[in-house]
Amino acid sequence: MSSFKIDIREMSNINVLDLKGYLDAHTAPDLEKVFQNLLERKKYNILINCKDLTYISSAGLGVFMAYIEDVRKNNGDIKLSNMSPKVYNVFDLLGFPLLYDITKDEKEAIQKFTSPKKL
Amino acid sequence: MKIHSQTEKLEFVRTFISEAAQQFGFDEDSVQNIVLAVDEACTNIIKHSYEYASNKDIDIRIMTDDHRFEIIITHQGKPFDPKSVEIPDMPAYLASYRKGGLGMYIMRAMMDEIEYKKLPNNITEVHLIKYLRNKISR
Repeated sequence: MSSFKIDIREMSNINVLDLKGYLDAHTAPDLEKVFQNLLERKKYNILINCKDLTYISSAGLGVFMAYIEDVRKNNGDIKLSNMSPKVYNVFDLLGFPLLYDITKDEKEAIQKFTSPKKL
Repeated sequence: MKIHSQTEKLEFVRTFISEAAQQFGFDEDSVQNIVLAVDEACTNIIKHSYEYASNKDIDIRIMTDDHRFEIIITHQGKPFDPKSVEIPDMPAYLASYRKGGLGMYIMRAMMDEIEYKKLPNNITEVHLIKYLRNKISR
């Protein structure tokens, strides 16, 4: 079995997802379910902590693509933090840093959620 | 190695490719890139060629020659020519919030060559090739 785990923490109005292990075509549906559940509950501020994410393929990246529009329409965002260089390289290759806020750590991402948006 | 067309088998494919690429002499980054490309190729076959039918076969072979490391993935699902897919302009692609189609982009970026062969009996081969630049010839 592919080892992939998602832990969810709620901090004020931000839902933090701690991803652990391998995010591929087999495990991406697990992440989709979590996103669906968050959106059903109108939770639109989502922070993905990638500290323990060891691998990501396009199936995993596709999940972020699938939900970002809905989340932003509702004045929320999907931000990502604590990426290893290996995982960041895949995001970077596809130009994701242009579209997503990818921060060094959780603290920086939370600050961006809570501070007023810069134009 | 032969696997059934199931996404849960991807981790076995990754281990198989990773060990072979390491043994061949690729550095850690190149090993990761090759593994990712093969994962994407197999995922495409499972999703698009076999349309998630879980009892079909995917055969994965590795052929090496001097500096050349070649992975040959064989299936009998719907033929799909990776070369027929245009490389997307990523900023425009991202701005349109599209989902899917990223796998092909990754495969092309990670490998030196991709070949596609349509054989008799509805057999399709996808060849992913990477060259080891600094290998010392024996």
